[in-house]
Amino acid sequence: MGAFKLGKMTISGLFKQPETVQYPVQTKTPPTGLKGHVTNDVTQCILCGICQKRCPCGAIEVSKPNRTWSINRFRCVQCGSCVRECPKSCLIMEPTYAPCSTAKHVDVFEVPEHHKSEDVIKTSE
Amino acid sequence: MGKATIIPFGPQHPVLPEPLHLDLVVEDEKVVEAIPQIGFVHRGLEKLVETRDYNQFIYVAERICGICAFGHSYGYAETVERLMGVEVPERAQYLRVIWHELSRVHSHILWLGLAADAFGYESLFMHCWRLRERVLDIFEKTTGGRVIFSVVKVGGVVRDIDAAQLAEIIRVLEGIKQDYKQIMDAFLKDSSVMNRTVGVGYLSFEDATNLSMVGPFARASNVPYDVRSLGIGAYGSLSDFEPIVDAQGDCYARMKVRALEVLQSIDIIEEMIARIPSGDIAVAVKGSPADGAEAACVVEQPRGECYYYARGNGSKNLERMRMRTPTSQNLAGMVKALEGCDLADVNMVILTIDPCISCTER
Repeated sequence: MGAFKLGKMTISGLFKQPETVQYPVQTKTPPTGLKGHVTNDVTQCILCGICQKRCPCGAIEVSKPNRTWSINRFRCVQCGSCVRECPKSCLIMEPTYAPCSTAKHVDVFEVPEHHKSEDVIKTSE
Repeated sequence: MGKATIIPFGPQHPVLPEPLHLDLVVEDEKVVEAIPQIGFVHRGLEKLVETRDYNQFIYVAERICGICAFGHSYGYAETVERLMGVEVPERAQYLRVIWHELSRVHSHILWLGLAADAFGYESLFMHCWRLRERVLDIFEKTTGGRVIFSVVKVGGVVRDIDAAQLAEIIRVLEGIKQDYKQIMDAFLKDSSVMNRTVGVGYLSFEDATNLSMVGPFARASNVPYDVRSLGIGAYGSLSDFEPIVDAQGDCYARMKVRALEVLQSIDIIEEMIARIPSGDIAVAVKGSPADGAEAACVVEQPRGECYYYARGNGSKNLERMRMRTPTSQNLAGMVKALEGCDLADVNMVILTIDPCISCTER
């Protein structure tokens, strides 16, 4: 029983480095394996559609006729199922968060025909 | 005795992190009866088993609650594994216990912070949440998420923790322990805290057993019931486990039980890390649960015993998934503990059962 039991910790806190960072001037380095956002290395993608089947929230849509792989980031919950199940390991979980959006949209990745082109055309609709 | 008045409390109230409504029948500032009402955050998550297969539902299960997210995915996976007769590798069981106990550490420290906030001790609240942040950093490094981890799957876990990370966890926990002991001193010995908690919201051992209370709420009324002592999963390999109990039955006892459980959880994690075996972290699970197969499982969540039930129908989707959460048990005891308390103490009594309405309503 007594008062000011937290006094020592509070006073010593005045002489310690702050535990927080001054965001956005300072940012923390994201740890390896952070579930940020999913991207597709379309040069490897074979449009098999396994990611679409495994996705628990229907965020991924694979269109073979249009050769597109699209992801609705507003539906994606970053569970990583698609990344684990991808047979070509072309889906990657990037350790950075997707930037804020001002409008709802779907990220569409166009998959090149013969996997030769290095150009990735990314559009929003 | 004055005239009885009904005072509505919640669902939006500064002390409530989640929506719970109480009609408090008061006479002369004394609560004579409390009538609870829930149903503000029902999301129909159990119904989703009909449209998500048993592998996908694990991501729904962990979204039942933000604090015990890991516990729900762990409990669900354990139930489905029993349903399908899957033997989980030993290393995966140890990893699950490590994450589950880390969740308990962060949940209890979060709760202690909220309790400090409720009785107006702002700096104590901030120190608690500062410590909790270090646990969240461990989660971020080992699972890739701070709140929702998605590391459990039916048949094991999806990520391993390597030796360097395990050593780092021990180092961080030792640091937390040093700071935490000072915070615990403030909670258990500071007069300003004791004035608000000692003798408030008393629940007797008889009431706690008759009303089937679970978790720290029951243990503070001297009920020595903790699912971890049943030795399910890697808990069976613990050298020694005794539930922390207290006989006082008031808000102070409930705070003390939770405060001591943090240190107990840290000890469990350290023992698990010291004894973790090497090997696989998951087994492949093929097929579907058999038609009519049933399985049940209990897990000690930070708030108490959570019961899971699953029934298969021969397809990838389960026929039924049911869980009974600790708060749905504890609400009856909360109503009992509120009877006879001062109106000004209502917030402390509600907070010390650590209600999780999102879990309860799903």
